[in-house]
Amino acid sequence: MELSALIPLLVLASSILPSLLIFFLGEDRARLRIWLYLGAEIVKLLLVVFMLEGIYLGQSYETRIPLLPGVDFLLRANALAMLFLMLSAGLWLVTTIYAIGYMEELPYHGRFYGFFGLSVTSTAGLALAGNLFTFYFFYETLTLATYPLVVHRQTREALAAGRTYMRYAVAGGALLLLGVVWLQSLVGPVEFTEGGSLVGRNLNTSALVAIFALMIAGLGVKTALFPLHGWLPMAMIAPAPVSALVHAVAVVKAGAFGIVRVVYEVFGLGLCRQLGVLFPLSLVASTTIIYGSLRALVQDDLKRRLAYSTVSQLSYIVLGVAIVGTASTIGGIVHLMHQGIMKITLFFCAGILAHTLGITRISEMDGVGRRMPATMVAFSIAVFGMIGLPPFAGFISKWYLGMGAVEAGQIWSVAVLITSTLLNMAYFLPIVYAAWFKVPAVPFTEKLPPGRFETGPLLLAPALTTALLTLLFGLFAASDFSPLQWSALIAERELTTQPEVLGP
Amino acid sequence: MDNLGTWIVWPILLPLIAIIPIFLRKRSGAANVSLVTAAAIVLAVAGLARQVLTNGEQSHAVGGWDAPLGIMLHADGLSVFMLMMTAIVGAITSIYAAGYRFQGGGDSGSSSGYFFWPLSMFLWAALNVLFLAADIFNLYIGLELLSLAAVALVTLERKRDATVAGMRYLLASFLGSLAYLLGVALLYTAFGTLDLELLGARIQPDLPTAVAIMLITLGTALKTALFPLHFWLPPAHGSAPTPVSALLSALVVKASFYLLLRLWFEVFPAALTPAIAQMLGLLGAIGILWGSFLALRQHKLKALVAFSTVAQVGYLFLLFPLASTSAGWGVDAWSGGVYHAFAHACAKAAMFMAAGTLAYAIGSDQLDHLAGTFQHYPFSVTALTLAGVSLMGLPPSGGFIGKWLLLNSALASGQWWFALVILTGSLLATGYVTMVLSHILLRPPDAAPIEPRNTRVSFTLEFAALLLALIALGLGLAATPMLALLRIGMPFTGY
Repeated sequence: MELSALIPLLVLASSILPSLLIFFLGEDRARLRIWLYLGAEIVKLLLVVFMLEGIYLGQSYETRIPLLPGVDFLLRANALAMLFLMLSAGLWLVTTIYAIGYMEELPYHGRFYGFFGLSVTSTAGLALAGNLFTFYFFYETLTLATYPLVVHRQTREALAAGRTYMRYAVAGGALLLLGVVWLQSLVGPVEFTEGGSLVGRNLNTSALVAIFALMIAGLGVKTALFPLHGWLPMAMIAPAPVSALVHAVAVVKAGAFGIVRVVYEVFGLGLCRQLGVLFPLSLVASTTIIYGSLRALVQDDLKRRLAYSTVSQLSYIVLGVAIVGTASTIGGIVHLMHQGIMKITLFFCAGILAHTLGITRISEMDGVGRRMPATMVAFSIAVFGMIGLPPFAGFISKWYLGMGAVEAGQIWSVAVLITSTLLNMAYFLPIVYAAWFKVPAVPFTEKLPPGRFETGPLLLAPALTTALLTLLFGLFAASDFSPLQWSALIAERELTTQPEVLGP
Repeated sequence: MDNLGTWIVWPILLPLIAIIPIFLRKRSGAANVSLVTAAAIVLAVAGLARQVLTNGEQSHAVGGWDAPLGIMLHADGLSVFMLMMTAIVGAITSIYAAGYRFQGGGDSGSSSGYFFWPLSMFLWAALNVLFLAADIFNLYIGLELLSLAAVALVTLERKRDATVAGMRYLLASFLGSLAYLLGVALLYTAFGTLDLELLGARIQPDLPTAVAIMLITLGTALKTALFPLHFWLPPAHGSAPTPVSALLSALVVKASFYLLLRLWFEVFPAALTPAIAQMLGLLGAIGILWGSFLALRQHKLKALVAFSTVAQVGYLFLLFPLASTSAGWGVDAWSGGVYHAFAHACAKAAMFMAAGTLAYAIGSDQLDHLAGTFQHYPFSVTALTLAGVSLMGLPPSGGFIGKWLLLNSALASGQWWFALVILTGSLLATGYVTMVLSHILLRPPDAAPIEPRNTRVSFTLEFAALLLALIALGLGLAATPMLALLRIGMPFTGY
C-alpha cells in the first residue's frame, strides 16, 4: 500500500489503538494510561499537520477498502476534511489535558478515556469519510462511543439522559440511513466530490427533495436543529470534559459538518438551488438561531444556558451553507472551527467553576472574577467572541455571514444575525458583568485545597489556550494558515467548479 | 488430496460418535469429550468451507448409493454458511456450559448438567444433517431429531415453568413437523421423488402441490416462530437453562427457516407469487414490531431477550418479498437475510449467555435487581452491549450488514414500507437495549456495593459471551469474504 493510502488509516489507528488498549489496562495504571494517550495525540497531530501541508500543495490521500459488493469503505482527505480533522485532533489534545485535571474524583478512568478516544476516532473518521456510506458508518459509531460518556456518572438522571440521547441519535441515524440508501439505489454509491457529485445527472426532482430532507433531518438531530434539539440540554449531565467535547467538536459538529458535506459535495450548491431546498433550510436555521437564544435567556443553570447557546450558534453554520455565495460559504465553514474553540472555552470555564467553587448557577457567579481572574478572562474572551465583537474569532464568522447575506440579497438573514447578536449580548453580558462587578452574596465554598494557581493548572491551561486561540484566529485572520484563509481555500475549491452557481 | 469429498460427512458423524464416550465416561469426562468434539467439528466445517470455496458445491452419496436410492449430502455456500454459524455458536456455547452450574443438581458433572452434553451433541448432529441434506425426507429427519433434542434440553432443570413451556413447545414443534411430513408425503405421491433437485425439476403447479406447499410452509413457520405462530417461543427460550436458551434462539429457529429458504427458492420458486411473498413479509414485519414492543414491556431479562428473538426472526421473513419480486436486487435481499441470521445467532447467543451470567450471579433476572452488576461483571455487561449493537443493526456489526442489504433491496425494489419497518425495528431494539443498560449501569443510590449471591462466577462464562459478541461485531467487517462464500451455488443466476 502506498504511503498516501496508508496515512488516513494511520490517523484513525493513532486514536483507536490506544483507546482499545486502555480498556485492558488496569484502573490503577494511571501514569501509563496518560502517557500512552498523550503520545497518541502528538502522533495524530503530527500526521494531521503532515497531511495539511500535502493537501495545500495538491497531494491526495485516499484509502479504499471494499466492504460489501459495490460499497467501499473510503477515506479521502480534501481541504474541507482537513479543517474538521484539525479541529478534532487539536481539541482532543487540550480536552485530554483538561480531563486529566478534572476526572480525578470520578471512577472508571480507563472506561472514560477509552470511549473518549473512540469518540475522537469517530470524528476523525467522519472528517475523512469519502462517501456517504463511510460517513454514515462513523456517524453511528460516534453515537455508540458517546453514549457511555453521557451516562458516565451512572446516576438515574444520567441514565435517563442517555436513553433520551440514544433515542434521538438512533432515530437521526435511521433517517440519514434511509436517505443514503435511497440515493444509492438511484445513482449507485455516492462519493463526496468538490462541487457536488450529483451534478449533471438527470434525476427525479421530488425524489431528490425528499432525500435531501431526510438527510438534513438525520444530520439535524446531532446539529440540534429546532425541533430536533431536545437531547442536547439533557446531555449536559455528562462530566464537563465530555460536554466540552460534545459541544465543540464531537457530536454537534458531526451533524453540522455532515450538512456542509451534503450541500456542497453531494448535491452541490447549484442543484440545491434548482431544487429550491436552500430557502427552507435557511428558515430552519434562522428559527433555531432565534429559538436557541431565547431559551438561553431564561436558563439560570450555567451549563444549560451554554447548551442552548450551542443550539443557536450551530445554526450559523447551517445558515452560511443555506445562503448562496462565496462570503457566506466562508462564514459558515470558518464557524465550524471558530464556534468549536469559543464554545469549548466556555465549557472549560464552566467546568472549572463547578469543580473549584461548586458553582453551577449563574446567580451564584457574582464577583467570581475577583476569586478566579484568569478563568473569567478566558470566559470573557470567549463571550466576546460569541457575541461577535472584533477582534475575536466570532466577529470574522459573523462578518462573512452578514456580507454573504447582503450579497445574496437576503436582508432578512441580516436581520436574524443582528437580532441574534443582541440576544447573545442579553444572555452573555450579564454573566460577565456579575462576575467582574458584583460582590459575592455569600463567601465561596472552596472545593479544592489551596494551591499556587486559582485552580488546578491542568484545568486552567486548556481554557487559556483556547481563549488565546479565539483572540489569535480573529487578529491574524488574514495570515496564511488561519482558519479563515483555509475556509477561503475550501470555498474556492467547492464553488469554482460551478461558476454559474454564484450568478443571480 | 482428491478424496477430501469425505469432509462433508464429518460435521454429522463427529457429534454422533462423541455421544458414545460421553455415555461411557459418565459424569466427570462429559464436558471434556464435548469440548474436544466441538473443536473437531469446527475444524471439519473449516475444511469443508475451504473445499467449497476452492472447488465449488460438493455432493456426496452416503455409502456410495446414488439418489434416488441412497442418502445424498449436498453442500453449497448456504449450507456451509449455516454449518459455520452452528459450529461457532455450538463450540462457544459448549465452553459456556462447561462453566455453567445447572440448577437441580450441582455442577455440570451431575444429573441435569450431565444430560446437557449428549443432548447438545445430538442437537448439533441434527442441525448438521438438516443443513447438508439433499432430499426433503432427510430434511424431515433432521427437523424431527432437532425437536426431540430441543424439547428435552428445555426441561433439563426440571423446573415447573420450564416443564410447562417445554410441553407447549413439544406440541407446537410436533404439530409443525406433522404438517411438514404431510406436505412431503403429498409431494412424494405426486412426483415420485424426494431429492430436492429432481423435485425442483418435476414439480407442477396443481392443487395437491399447492396444499403440500401450504402445509410445509405453515409447519416450518410455526417452528420458526413467525408471527402469529410465535406464542410458544418466549416461555420456552426464556425459562430454559442459559446455554440451552442460547442454542435455541441462535440455531434452532434458524434451522426451520433454512428449510423454508431452500424449498421456496430452489424447489418451488414458481409458487412464490407476489401475494404469498408479501404475506410472509407482512407477518415478518408485524413480528418485528410486535416482538420488539413486547420486549420493551418485559420485567425479566431473559424474557426480554426471548421476545427480541421473535422480532429478529421477523427480519428473516422480509427476505421473501424482497428477494422474489426484484430480480436485480434479489441477491442483496437473500444474502442480507441469511447474513442477518448469522449475525443474530452470534449476538443472541452472546446476549443470552451474558444475561444468564448476571441472573446467576445475583440470583434473579428481574431488571430492577440488576443495578450495580456492571461493577462486578464488566465483561458480561460489555458482551451484552456489543450484542445489543448488532441487534440494533448499527455499524460496525454483522447486524448492520444484514440490515443494509435488506434496506437496499427494499428501496431499490420500491417496497419502501419494508424499509420503514426495518428502521422502526432498529429504533425499538435501541429502546429495549438501552432500557436494559439503564438498569444494569445504575449505581445503587446508597453507594453500598451489591452483595452478589455468587461472586465467584467462573471467568469462562464471561469470556464465552464476550467472544461471541466480538464475533457478531467482527461479522460487520468480514462481509466481503463471507458473502463470496454465500454466493456459491445460490439460487440466482447471473452472479
